[in-house]
Amino acid sequence: MKPATVRRADLRYRIGLNLRAVVGRSYPRIVGANREPSWIFFEALLPLLGIAAYVFIYQSFGARALAATTDPAKIAAIQANTNALIASVVLGGTMVAFWLNVLWSMASQLYWEKEIGNLQLYMMAPMNRMALLGGMAVGGMVMTSMRAVSTLIAGIFVFGVLFQVADPLMLLAVFFVALTALYGLGMMFASLYLLWGREAWNLSALMEEPIFFSSGFYFPVGGLFKVPGWGPVVGILGSFVPATFGLDALRQLTLGTTAFGGQLWIFDVRTELYILLFMAVLFLILARYSLAYLETLAKREGKLTSRHQ
Amino acid sequence: MNTFWRTFKVAAWLGWEMDSNWTEPWLFIVYSVVKPVAGAFILVLMYTVFAFLPGNRQDLAAFSYMYVGNSFFIFVGSVLFGTFQVIQSDREWYQTIRYVYMAPISYYVYIVGRAASKVVVAAFAVLITLVFGVVFLNVQIHMTLGSVPLFLVSTALGLAVLLAIGICLGGVSFLTAKHTHGLAEGIPGIFYVFCGVLFPLSVLPVWGQAVGRAIPLTYWFDITRRLLAPTIGVDSTLVGYSDLTILLLLFVSSIAFFGLSVLIFKAGEYFARKAGKIDMTTSY
Repeated sequence: MKPATVRRADLRYRIGLNLRAVVGRSYPRIVGANREPSWIFFEALLPLLGIAAYVFIYQSFGARALAATTDPAKIAAIQANTNALIASVVLGGTMVAFWLNVLWSMASQLYWEKEIGNLQLYMMAPMNRMALLGGMAVGGMVMTSMRAVSTLIAGIFVFGVLFQVADPLMLLAVFFVALTALYGLGMMFASLYLLWGREAWNLSALMEEPIFFSSGFYFPVGGLFKVPGWGPVVGILGSFVPATFGLDALRQLTLGTTAFGGQLWIFDVRTELYILLFMAVLFLILARYSLAYLETLAKREGKLTSRHQ
Repeated sequence: MNTFWRTFKVAAWLGWEMDSNWTEPWLFIVYSVVKPVAGAFILVLMYTVFAFLPGNRQDLAAFSYMYVGNSFFIFVGSVLFGTFQVIQSDREWYQTIRYVYMAPISYYVYIVGRAASKVVVAAFAVLITLVFGVVFLNVQIHMTLGSVPLFLVSTALGLAVLLAIGICLGGVSFLTAKHTHGLAEGIPGIFYVFCGVLFPLSVLPVWGQAVGRAIPLTYWFDITRRLLAPTIGVDSTLVGYSDLTILLLLFVSSIAFFGLSVLIFKAGEYFARKAGKIDMTTSY
């Protein structure tokens, strides 16, 4: 065997190569973003206003409900529920940041790369495609964390949200497993862009509001299961997006399982963590296979590098 | 004038093709409807969850207020995005800006034309959302025939203000990196919070109310709600303004914003050319 072939078969070399690819692809995201600091205003601070609007809706509902009652027990219940709903919006707002990053900087990124002519360079490089997407995910997570953290800070200091974290380790576990599952889903979607053009771009656009709705980004998703008829159907469909269980578990861990009278949760936290773990593994495996399959298909149909489809 | 009209027509046709020719017409219609209806449903569920919790009650007036405001907000998102994304998509995505820019046309009119198809699609989505609300969600809409002319005039003026704001943002985006999504989310967010779209201005702190009163769109949302749903009875804090006063205010605002948009657009264009940024790409 030639020395190059021997080297390519060496596991240590392959791991090193792919780790370098991860670092190499995440580098321009982190460094490029820092060279263009205007993104902090446009991508991290401006979107907070949309979340603020949802907070004010609950405050408005709460104010009207309080104006219509004098019973101290009811007043306390309304205030507690309003605060818990506002906290739900703030948590949803942090997850929105990651979901949008998955859609536009993970899934559709290969489309951008195709458009600007980088994709063929990636295809020629000897690293695994998953390492490329992994690098995008790491860089994207770092960039998006800024927005997520600013949402949390705004929630705590501007809207006075109180979080009661009883089990921080579990919270971290749920958060990171949910993110892994979410980015695994993004990698799977990314493969579609090898074959499709604007269809997939519009699919990403379509996965904003309908997913915010079906995954309960701005309300406890258990609310869907209380709507007779279509509610549970939409809730179950939304559960295929890891953000649904991730948010439900994060809300239970930060608001307490007794919030909303304990009536709006889907499962207990542990069960949701297991589901998320399963999703993370499944989506990463599916992403690997769908990438390989769609790359071959795109090559066969001559669409891999065709621009402006 | 003839050149402007021809530019507008061709740009509108191009915008329509770019928006819709990626799929079959029926799928495009579904796509155009699903997004705004899902957006409305987020609010429906927020209301449902609030009303479901112990101690709370149904509040149809607040729900109708929010629903009507949110339906018309579709225009804000679409028209603003439809205008300011033209520069960034031509520059970063299709990389055709240098050719269009060099053509003997008004680039300002070209952008307005490109946005026109978004306005038409948004109007369709607004209509569908409102009809859905009235038929399935008991939203209280009672517009009289006599209010229709006033409604049409106020809608036209509101859209003119929106287009002008979109062009202002386009002027700014000549100089910025690929921030289309941040802008698409953030700028409408300002109007979502401060213009009384979903809740009365009284919910905001005093400084927030002052900001809201300084934005013409606040009055547009208020007059639209007054004409479409006069019976909901939620105090928007703008009862002191008559319909005609609001209309006049919108008229003056649309002229002022048009002037501002020309100014910002020209300034953005000048500085982008000076800095060599007209056809830059910022891909990371």
